[in-house]
Amino acid sequence: MATDNRKRKSSWSTDRIVVHGLLIFFVLLALGPIFVVILNSFKTTPGIFLGPFDPPNAKTFSMDGYGRVFTRGNIVGNYINSLIVTVTTIVLTVVTSAFAAFALVEYKVRLAPILAGLFIVGIMLPIRLGTVPILEIMIAWHLVDTLTSLILVYTAMSIPIAVTLMIAYFRTVPTELKEAARIDGAGEFRTFLIALPIVKPGLAAVATLTMLPVWNDLWFPLILAPSRQNQTVTLGVQQFVGQFMNDYPALLAALTLGIVPLVVLYVIFSRQFIRGLSQGVGK
Amino acid sequence: MADVRIKNLFKRYGSVEVLKDINLEIKSGEFVAFVGPSGCGKSTLLRCISGLEEITQGMLEIGGVDVTDVGPSKRGIAMVFQSYALYPHMTVYDNMAYSLKLQKLPKEQIAEMVHAAADKLQLTPYLKRHPRALSGGQRQRVAIGRAIVRNPKVFLFDEPLSNLDAALRVQMRMEIAQLNRNLPDTAMIYVTHDQVEAMTMADRIVVLRDGVVQQVGTPMELYENPQTLFVAQFIGSPEMNFMTGKDAATYRAATVGVRPEHLAVENSGGVWSGTVVHSENLGPDSYVYIDMGATKPVIIRESGKTDYHAGDRLGFSPKGDHYHLFDAGGVPVAH
Repeated sequence: MATDNRKRKSSWSTDRIVVHGLLIFFVLLALGPIFVVILNSFKTTPGIFLGPFDPPNAKTFSMDGYGRVFTRGNIVGNYINSLIVTVTTIVLTVVTSAFAAFALVEYKVRLAPILAGLFIVGIMLPIRLGTVPILEIMIAWHLVDTLTSLILVYTAMSIPIAVTLMIAYFRTVPTELKEAARIDGAGEFRTFLIALPIVKPGLAAVATLTMLPVWNDLWFPLILAPSRQNQTVTLGVQQFVGQFMNDYPALLAALTLGIVPLVVLYVIFSRQFIRGLSQGVGK
Repeated sequence: MADVRIKNLFKRYGSVEVLKDINLEIKSGEFVAFVGPSGCGKSTLLRCISGLEEITQGMLEIGGVDVTDVGPSKRGIAMVFQSYALYPHMTVYDNMAYSLKLQKLPKEQIAEMVHAAADKLQLTPYLKRHPRALSGGQRQRVAIGRAIVRNPKVFLFDEPLSNLDAALRVQMRMEIAQLNRNLPDTAMIYVTHDQVEAMTMADRIVVLRDGVVQQVGTPMELYENPQTLFVAQFIGSPEMNFMTGKDAATYRAATVGVRPEHLAVENSGGVWSGTVVHSENLGPDSYVYIDMGATKPVIIRESGKTDYHAGDRLGFSPKGDHYHLFDAGGVPVAH
């Protein structure tokens, strides 16, 4: 039919090719370095320098980098530290932001828009500006060189954007639903629980957004938890960056290992996120 | 005993007064409809009775108990919302059982009460389904079932049939009227902007406008004896025709109101006359639109088919004494 032919033709039109081309180019640009890192983590040092973009062959293939990561570094310990910090931060952030956002949407007090505005301001302010006062607080609380200090700082860092995002999701909960719950005798907390399943995609989004900057951060672990047993993965990788010489295979191996949990967590949460979006809010 | 007494109720948002000195008494077993145009305060009044809105001034009594300051779940009311407001992540059974669970009733008693209500509404085959797997009419029944299960003294309906198609609406109207007959110890308050719904379902109708009660009466009382110009124009479909100025002079009143069904075309003469601009043949009735120089055409209802064409000049008069006279202030004048 005429319309079908026209449709098929337009799927190869110039602008579609250009758009696809650009998108593919940027994907390669973004994924390229990661791919090179993973590729070279399986090569010997000469293999890396002689042909950085060549896949490992019989001569250049080596698992020595990975070996040294486990023997010289404290990769398992680092992993556990990173996981503890990241997961605890995510849990604290999700819980507190859900409560805060529900309250800010539900209770029409004069202070509510001011508080919501304060959270938005919090997104704009970089928490690193307050590093010195934060360090002083941690010293006063005897929390220097603990994972707890990291968890506290990261939760504070993540809450502003989490609350702002959850406010948008809680606004989609129909008011009549909460009113029906109130008439049925639900108190404030139970009304919150009724609203919660509707904002599930929001919770997944918050978890996803919180996870990345926390896991990848080098700044606060260096300042607040630098000792060997408290090091996170990002800090532990620095082990292989020497002043005069870098152990590249080990470095790249450590980096590769560092990506894995992020990818796994991201796949889990983003699937929930997308599933929640397609489920929609039934009446 | 489920009487509802509202005394001198005012509702204000800051300096804006949306309900002014409402006084109503609704007896147990009655079906009362609140009608009025958008913004008249009917939904606000309903929400004040439910407890979802605070009563700024005045008193509300349900079943002899002063509930002015009591929370919504403790007033003995149940509400059916326009959007049904079913809990989307619970099954039909859990939706209906929720309030009972919150009252910490034993499981067996809850099951009994839920099944009894489900039976009444033919919902038993759907108890394990989620709301998203139900049709609009079924969801509405679940919303009603959730209300029944609470054994309330007063049922509050907030435009519950607005989201249904016409055929379903007619069916649900009958079911709700039936429900009212089956529950003689409860009162039902029904908010609607559709005056046909009110006329067919209600024992009494409360007409509201701008937060003030215009008239309270049975459907027939409102139809035959409107106490204000607004009620006369609001009740009846199509609207009552109003003649003003020199057209009303014959009757020595500021406004003469005649319903379309109370006008008859005269072969010669007639109190008023005009030019036909439009006619509709609907089968059992026809409607003829006549231009008399006013902003709105006069509508006459004739039974059976008619054969008037645009441009015909027609004279017409009210049938018998089925006309209403109003003075300049919109107050009815006897005749």
